[in-house]
Amino acid sequence: MIRNEDNPIVGLVSRIVSPFIMLFALYIIFHGHYSPGGGFQGGTMLAASLLLIRLAMGSEIAQLQFKRSWGTPLGSIGVLIYFATGFTAMLMGGTFLNYEFLSLSEIASHTRSIGVLLVEIGVGLAVMGILVAIYDDLLEGDPDV
Amino acid sequence: MKVGNYIVLITFFVLMIYASLGFPNRGDANARMHQEKSLAGSINAPSYYIHYAERDDHTPNMVTVILADYRSYDTLGEETVILTAGLICFLLLRKKRTANDQK
Amino acid sequence: MHPEIEITLFVFLLITAVVALTVKNLLTAVVSLTVFSFISALLYIAMGAVDVGFTEAVIGAGVTGVLFIILIFKTSRRSAD
Repeated sequence: MIRNEDNPIVGLVSRIVSPFIMLFALYIIFHGHYSPGGGFQGGTMLAASLLLIRLAMGSEIAQLQFKRSWGTPLGSIGVLIYFATGFTAMLMGGTFLNYEFLSLSEIASHTRSIGVLLVEIGVGLAVMGILVAIYDDLLEGDPDV
Repeated sequence: MKVGNYIVLITFFVLMIYASLGFPNRGDANARMHQEKSLAGSINAPSYYIHYAERDDHTPNMVTVILADYRSYDTLGEETVILTAGLICFLLLRKKRTANDQK
Repeated sequence: MHPEIEITLFVFLLITAVVALTVKNLLTAVVSLTVFSFISALLYIAMGAVDVGFTEAVIGAGVTGVLFIILIFKTSRRSAD
């Protein structure tokens, strides 16, 4: 990929903007019960903030933030969180993905709400990990990035 | 060849416009899918979601409830598709490292 | 429902789609496709599907543009057009 010379303005602006994108992404994931959004959108926005640093500063500097080998395991962990939520409900007497049997709260509807939150966190982690991993795999072995 | 492409395109255009004439109007209250009861007399799925999503899940946003609770198998399949795409990129595009390629 | 806004957005949607299909420069095509995704996200929001519009804006206008641009820089065009 064509690497132009280090531009201080681009680096500075992306360094300032990237944490705010991350904060907004976390807001979207955890406030998805009350406003538009959810795990998929928030995870994609987290990946976008990581990709912004990777594009502006180069992949080598971005390794300090998010290592190249973390993407695929993080995606697998996200899918595993989703599956484990459903499977725990099945082990505790219910059917698969029936969050009511997780027994996290006395009221059934609150338990289901927490179950939905767990699932959204899993989706967000999976999407973030996989998107960053695809970017890194595409640039694998490129010397000057 | 060029003429054949345009003929196929125009045929598809006419077919899709003709098919879209059979749809109900957007926001039509008398359409079948916007009725509260289905033809068999049972409650329709959309009206069930609108009525009971907050009671079931204690969550005001019913899109989240539908995606993550009522249709959670669907979302699990979606996650599996994304994971498969990432794993295939990993398997096809990673650099092959041999034993004597110390790095 | 606002028919004027939707008709304007549909006209721009068709223009960007035709530009993305016919232009020779691949970078221009990718940018045009990004604009197409963003206009379709605006259309979804105008129709009341806020979640779908949000997803379309983030995915179509954010991440796929980045991936396409990487692919364009990594590959080279073989035939001289």
